[in-house]
Amino acid sequence: MTTGTFRIWRGDRARGEFQDYETEVSEGMVVLDAIHQIQAESAHDLAVRWNCKAGKCGSCSAEVNGNPRLMCMTRLADLDLSEPVTVEPLQAFPIVKDLVTDVSWNFEVKKRIKKFTPRPPDAPDGTWRIAQEDIDRVQEFRKCIECFLCQDVCHVLRDHHLHDEFIGPRFFVHVAALEMHPLDTENRLEELKNADGIGYCNITKCCTKVCPEHITITDNAIIPLKERVVDEFYDPLKKIFRVLTGK
Amino acid sequence: MAQASDFTRHEHDVLIIGAGGAGLRAAIEASAAGAKVGLVCKSLLGKAHTVMAEGGVAAALANVDERDDWKTHFADTMRGGQYVNNWRMAQLHAQQAPDRVRELEAWGALFDRTPDQRILQWNFGGHKYPRLAHVGDRTGLEMIRTLQDRGIHMGIDVHMECTIVRLIKKGDRVVGAFGYDRERGHFRVFQANAIVLATGGIGRAFKITSNSWEYTGDGHTLAYDAGADLIDMEYVQFHPTGMVWPPSVRGILVTEGVRGEGGVLRNRDGKRFMFDDIPELYKNQTADSEEEGWRYTQGDRNSRRPPELLTRDHVARCIVREVKAGRGSPHGGVFLDIAWIKDRLSNGEEHIKKKLPSMYHQFKELAGIDITKEAMEVGPTTHYVMGGVRVDGDTQMSTVPGLFAAGECAGGLHGANRLGGNSLSDLLVFGKLAGEHAAKFAKQQGAGGFDKEQEEQVQAAARWALAPLERQASSAGGEAPYAIQYELQEYMQDLVGIVRNEKDMKKGLDTVLALRQRAGNVVAPGNREYNPGWHTALDLDSLLTVSEAVARAAIERKESRGAHFREDYDSKDEAWGKTVLVIRRGRGGDMEVTRETIGEMPPELKTIIEENR
Repeated sequence: MTTGTFRIWRGDRARGEFQDYETEVSEGMVVLDAIHQIQAESAHDLAVRWNCKAGKCGSCSAEVNGNPRLMCMTRLADLDLSEPVTVEPLQAFPIVKDLVTDVSWNFEVKKRIKKFTPRPPDAPDGTWRIAQEDIDRVQEFRKCIECFLCQDVCHVLRDHHLHDEFIGPRFFVHVAALEMHPLDTENRLEELKNADGIGYCNITKCCTKVCPEHITITDNAIIPLKERVVDEFYDPLKKIFRVLTGK
Repeated sequence: MAQASDFTRHEHDVLIIGAGGAGLRAAIEASAAGAKVGLVCKSLLGKAHTVMAEGGVAAALANVDERDDWKTHFADTMRGGQYVNNWRMAQLHAQQAPDRVRELEAWGALFDRTPDQRILQWNFGGHKYPRLAHVGDRTGLEMIRTLQDRGIHMGIDVHMECTIVRLIKKGDRVVGAFGYDRERGHFRVFQANAIVLATGGIGRAFKITSNSWEYTGDGHTLAYDAGADLIDMEYVQFHPTGMVWPPSVRGILVTEGVRGEGGVLRNRDGKRFMFDDIPELYKNQTADSEEEGWRYTQGDRNSRRPPELLTRDHVARCIVREVKAGRGSPHGGVFLDIAWIKDRLSNGEEHIKKKLPSMYHQFKELAGIDITKEAMEVGPTTHYVMGGVRVDGDTQMSTVPGLFAAGECAGGLHGANRLGGNSLSDLLVFGKLAGEHAAKFAKQQGAGGFDKEQEEQVQAAARWALAPLERQASSAGGEAPYAIQYELQEYMQDLVGIVRNEKDMKKGLDTVLALRQRAGNVVAPGNREYNPGWHTALDLDSLLTVSEAVARAAIERKESRGAHFREDYDSKDEAWGKTVLVIRRGRGGDMEVTRETIGEMPPELKTIIEENR
């Protein structure tokens, strides 16, 4: 048995500071286990979100040694325990208490995105025919567990706080999943350009790096969406065509 | 003392407590019927236990094997439940599940496909044909996200991170609910014409569990406290394959889909032990050679299922037998091997990664094991409670007017043991029915309204909720909530777990009752803002109620059936096969267990069962 020191941010909306807690570390432990142990031993009111503890629900997002991570998927064996392990809440959202942040903005953003609108069924029994190869890419986007780590790391939200003008990587993935859905008939390009602020993304790929589901957010979702926006609104040939035809 | 300013008030036609699959489906249905719907969840939206369901939705779509139909699904469900199921629920479930799955597709869910571009289905324990519509091994996520995204455009009021601790009654009928928001600790009072409980299970009453912190039996307890009946509480399902190593991941689920894809169970000596004990009930449907079992997993329609795909209760007990006999794996489980299929399939490794991406990821990151190369160590983990609120099969209304229940917190459908994949279909079918009938009830009966008596119930609930915080100021010197919770989990696991006997269970029951006394004096340090210690102190009440119910029912049922296995009565007893155990609060306030005879099944359903023997 060894002991680890965990430097945990404690506080509320008004103020807070790091506090050190020591706890025993055993084989296979993840950061969330240490947090729970500390909660049971010495900090009963330490606030933390979690559910599945298996990387499937995306509740326990935090910053461990400065990196946005799921605490349940961060093994202590991979960290240097000779130094204190720093655990702090996501930086892109307002603090509620300790490791819990107010992520309600994300739920509001999703409501704004035009909903799934399927084409009429393909078969008389009301069902559709879809080839597996046509959904592989969309299924990648649908793996998203809404942990919001990509939102946390995105400089447009984290540093510039452009929450009113920019929906963030999570929702570009969501829009991409809808736009590339083989059954969907809706068009969301104008919103992407205007309300969703896709132009702010300058493809630093930070979001892709932190995604615990290994979704290639930038290459597979954001860049294709950007290309479609450019084709729709900035293509010079299309512009000339529009001027000439009035369409 | 709670001040008036502490209370935020809400009014809804239908209030739904719980936002997993059943709650969301109920909310969508009630909202579509024109009701003003409120949806309460303890976590953030989309994080409920449904998100962790891996296997798939059982529905007789007959896309992979056209011989499948609702009748076979019905017969499989009844056999799996050892014939104590509510047959009407089993019938409706089998009949309606295909439509509920197709509806999900219309709402945007993208299931894996067959070569002819329809929804693909795979093999699972206890199902005669490949029946589970799935998305790799992350079907629950697909389902909850589809329902969540559908629901948010319907004008449902979602109250996230809010816990309900009491139902408010007027006469016989429920008219509201009382709870607190976790963030600020403010009290919330909901007036509602009808209420749907969709709170899930009770798995946190046990030490080794696949369930999240939320599974504390809230819905069961709210209903019981409101005077409703609970049934089948002795049946707690231990999923045969949870992770056992390293210790911190103990209990995390390994999907049955691994066995559906050809994974086999072996003991320490490398022996495939599941062929050693095949129950009489399943002899006709089980492969008699490894070769036949393999062919079945690869879609050969003329082969029978391998014994690894027998029902969960049986597989769990076989694993316990191997471990007890000293033939277990180094860390107290057995080996589950999917890597071996490379001997049969040239693209074995890729196949495993494609079919079981979530499992591959989970073992790689949490246990440092590559399942395409090595066997997993697995053992039973508390997974599901078949027992729950007694409901009418057609409407999902409990024995309390205006109070409905759906999903895991409702009892009846699964009888003594649930088949894999029948949970997700249960959520959809009965979530819909509950939402539909709750909306109808709300419309017909109108608002129950609050008067002085209901306000007194609210005040009493508030005093109760604040007590653990207020005790820290007094010199009472009570205990911390976590200690009591851990002790309860240890005792329930050891004494009322997979293998039971009278002596242990009586000790277990005494322990639960003693812990209840101690819980009455529990202290939560800190204030009301996002305070997990306080939340745990309040959750203890539900955990203790459901633990007592499980122990009492299990002591009463003097036979072994499905998930309820007793060393002192180790076989099935026909007389018990017609009996259901009902739990309700007695006049004196104590918990009472009564025996009731199950209603006679209509002849046409009997015929279906006979034809599927």
